[in-house]
Amino acid sequence: MIFMDRLRVAIVGAGIVGASIARILSSYQNVDILLIDREPDVGWGSSKANTSIIHPCHEEDPRVHPLRAELCLRGNKLWREWVEELEIPAKWPGELMIFTDSDEEKRAREFLELAKMNKVPGVRVVDREELKILEPNVGSVVLGALYAPTAGIISPFEAVIAIVENAVDNGVKLLTETYVEKVRVSSGRVLGVETSRGFIEADIVINASGIYADKISHTAGVELDFKIVPRRGEYVLFDEDVDVKPTKILHTTPIPRTKGVYAITTVHGNLMIGPTAEDLPIDAKEDLSTTVEGVEYVLREARKLLRSVPPKSRIIRMFAGLRPEPPGGQWLIKVYEDPWGFVNVAGIRSPGLTAAPAIAEYVVKLIEDTYDIKLARKNSWSRFRRDMVRVGNKSLEEVDKLIEKNPDYGEIVCICKSVSKAEVLEAVERILKIGAKVTLDGIKFRTYAGFGKCQGSFCRWRIALLISEKLGIPLNEVVVKKSSYGIGDVKMLWREAI
Amino acid sequence: MKILNYDTVIIGGGPAGIAAAIRTTELGLKSVFLENRDVLGGIPLQCVHPGFGLHYFREDLTGTEFITRLIDKLEKTGVEYIVKAYVHSVEYKDFDKKIVNVITPRGVLKINTKTVVFTTGARERHIFEIGVVGDRPDGIYTAGEAQTLMDIYGILPGKEVVIVGSGDVGLIMARRFALEGAKVKAVVEILPYPGGLMRNVMQCLIDFNIPLLLQHTVVKVVGRKRVERIVVAKVDKDLKPIKGTEFEIPCDTLVISAGLRPYIDLLEKLEVVVDPSTGGPVVNEYLETSVPGVFVAGNALVINDLVDYAVEQGELAAEGVKIFIENNGIPTKTWRKIRKGKSIRLAVPHMVSGERDVILYARVSIPEKNVFVEIPEIGFKMFSFGVRPAEMLRLRLGKEMFSKLSDNVNEITLEVKPR
Repeated sequence: MIFMDRLRVAIVGAGIVGASIARILSSYQNVDILLIDREPDVGWGSSKANTSIIHPCHEEDPRVHPLRAELCLRGNKLWREWVEELEIPAKWPGELMIFTDSDEEKRAREFLELAKMNKVPGVRVVDREELKILEPNVGSVVLGALYAPTAGIISPFEAVIAIVENAVDNGVKLLTETYVEKVRVSSGRVLGVETSRGFIEADIVINASGIYADKISHTAGVELDFKIVPRRGEYVLFDEDVDVKPTKILHTTPIPRTKGVYAITTVHGNLMIGPTAEDLPIDAKEDLSTTVEGVEYVLREARKLLRSVPPKSRIIRMFAGLRPEPPGGQWLIKVYEDPWGFVNVAGIRSPGLTAAPAIAEYVVKLIEDTYDIKLARKNSWSRFRRDMVRVGNKSLEEVDKLIEKNPDYGEIVCICKSVSKAEVLEAVERILKIGAKVTLDGIKFRTYAGFGKCQGSFCRWRIALLISEKLGIPLNEVVVKKSSYGIGDVKMLWREAI
Repeated sequence: MKILNYDTVIIGGGPAGIAAAIRTTELGLKSVFLENRDVLGGIPLQCVHPGFGLHYFREDLTGTEFITRLIDKLEKTGVEYIVKAYVHSVEYKDFDKKIVNVITPRGVLKINTKTVVFTTGARERHIFEIGVVGDRPDGIYTAGEAQTLMDIYGILPGKEVVIVGSGDVGLIMARRFALEGAKVKAVVEILPYPGGLMRNVMQCLIDFNIPLLLQHTVVKVVGRKRVERIVVAKVDKDLKPIKGTEFEIPCDTLVISAGLRPYIDLLEKLEVVVDPSTGGPVVNEYLETSVPGVFVAGNALVINDLVDYAVEQGELAAEGVKIFIENNGIPTKTWRKIRKGKSIRLAVPHMVSGERDVILYARVSIPEKNVFVEIPEIGFKMFSFGVRPAEMLRLRLGKEMFSKLSDNVNEITLEVKPR
């Protein structure tokens, strides 16, 4: 047994996997945890732009991917506790894998077999008539569906925020805008990470860097052949008042490369359709662009799923995410003896979001077992995190009471989603508390200001003003996503010209 | 929660709302005027260019001057108003009873009222609504947002700018950027003709040597952190991009000025009938919607190109409120529908009685020269050297014109005919 006073752990990547590992580790004594991310805020990689499904796990073949199947199932269970403890927006409507011809039906029925092997409860085939009762919004071409009642939908970006907030409350430190260049290794041991902010010592480095996990692993000198392919998924999001909003999760029959196209009503009430599945060149790790073809494809597939697809003029946002696709779809979860202290949690493709809490438990256990370390539970660990107080979720009576205590709840800055000044200020404080950078996007994901039909054209400057006042910086220096809201004052170019 | 009682509640503190509030107060109605922001005035506050008030004040004023004068008049009239007042919902209880639920920093107000006037203005169409794909970097603004930053807060959004849309707002913003020393690389317009007033094309683009790319569209945005360039293509007659005609324009800023839509979320929740051609509610000649006692004016009714029209509509709705309250509804024998005939894209109001004079606002669907604008049923005929979609037609129809119309005619047709 290796004896250490304190174990210093650096987690590279504050996505859903890294954050979950940080949360689990924060429940143990004598561990110093540093969560590092290159972005200004947490969860801005694959965790932000995905289908947001907690899978039932009847699509995982335990003969090919035993670990994926096991952790997916466990994750589905754990999320039910985590969303309660951390107040993450979630719902559990179940899903319908739609088939429209006999080939698709045959494939769908194969998943019934996998469901039995994985012991996924309640999975069964429903005929057209029952399907229409379960989900009146299904398309007219459907023959039936494979029903899996344990599927859920969460808000993935809020999940990461909630987990990190909880982890920070329990002592985890976060470093954002910090680019990890290299894992420093000497005589078979990890010494720490070299970053854009300098060298950071660590006994254990956990690589949860998503789309970049191959590169980080290479710098530690392991898995040199391991390559992550960026698989792009494009989505379209419709306004919340379109008239076709399915209650259940609907998706087309999967093919090996992808779980198919989904049509869901998000936890925020928008119809979302997607994704595509397009393998990009290995170095296109930043290509989050949407395409005309991608948008057309998901809309076409959605016509199978839904009785009608709203017109394109009702689209309020198009976006894309990159999924880290490892060779053979195999997750690389490994604790290394050489170099001692290096841990890969890499290539966590779907069902990574579902499995994340279970992956975190598994990784911590694996570290304990491999390195023969016995971690002791903290007595003081808090498993709870409170969500923001939101005017949009409250009755008028409750809002009146809120205003009595704090008049800022009575000043609404986002008209579309009824977001108050108090909420914006609370979000700023929460961002500062975890140690992330205050950005307009970060405020948007925490308050929903800008999620509505105007997409922020009414409220962005009002929120920027609040940030500028609160942080004491000029309005033009408020950061949107990665650059400033304005380049200077209106006369700056004339001054430069003179 | 405070409970208040009024004859009318006017929602939205821009020009139409101010005009409606002044008029209802002058007419002796107990009215309250609500604005969500901390100041009255709405969009003209940020319009430092002239062209405001030529009809109403018979002077060429800037938006800021115009609205200041209007607010002065409001203060003198003694209108009761509340700023930082957010209308959460409007409940329809009865023909003469609605409840307006308002959130303010001083608590929630429940306002019982006989009538409501919506002057909530418009919102801008954003980049996703017009189908632009590609990256989603910083440096993309709607025209109104860019204007707020520049002319209220003195912030320059960027220095190499492309503007999408040649409506008046887009043209004016092109000039604003040019005046501050920014390079406006192009104004991109999908249609074969500019969307704004001719005077604005002259004064904002030609005078500043800003290229106008007609029949072009932005197909893609490229940029990691901030906009780096955009890809533009020519479009065919169905407005679809033509393959192979794409070219790039390097820029750091993209301003979307792709048109306005009436912002009528609350009215939609009240289930008013909406006209797809205006995006606003269907109204009668007093600008009353399909929900009794609920009125609408200004850009929430129809996108106007002159502030004077919004003001005129606000006053008209105020008069409608007075008549509604006095008569327990707008008294009319028959409503006659305005049918959109040849080349007419939209017309407001949608229903007229013929019992009083009425002003008709309309837009044509295509530019035409030397034409007659006609309503054959009542013998209305007006010659025009040219009609353009950008320029709203404002027609005054005297009630005497309707006198020869028999009672069973329930539709009159507005149309454009060649000379």
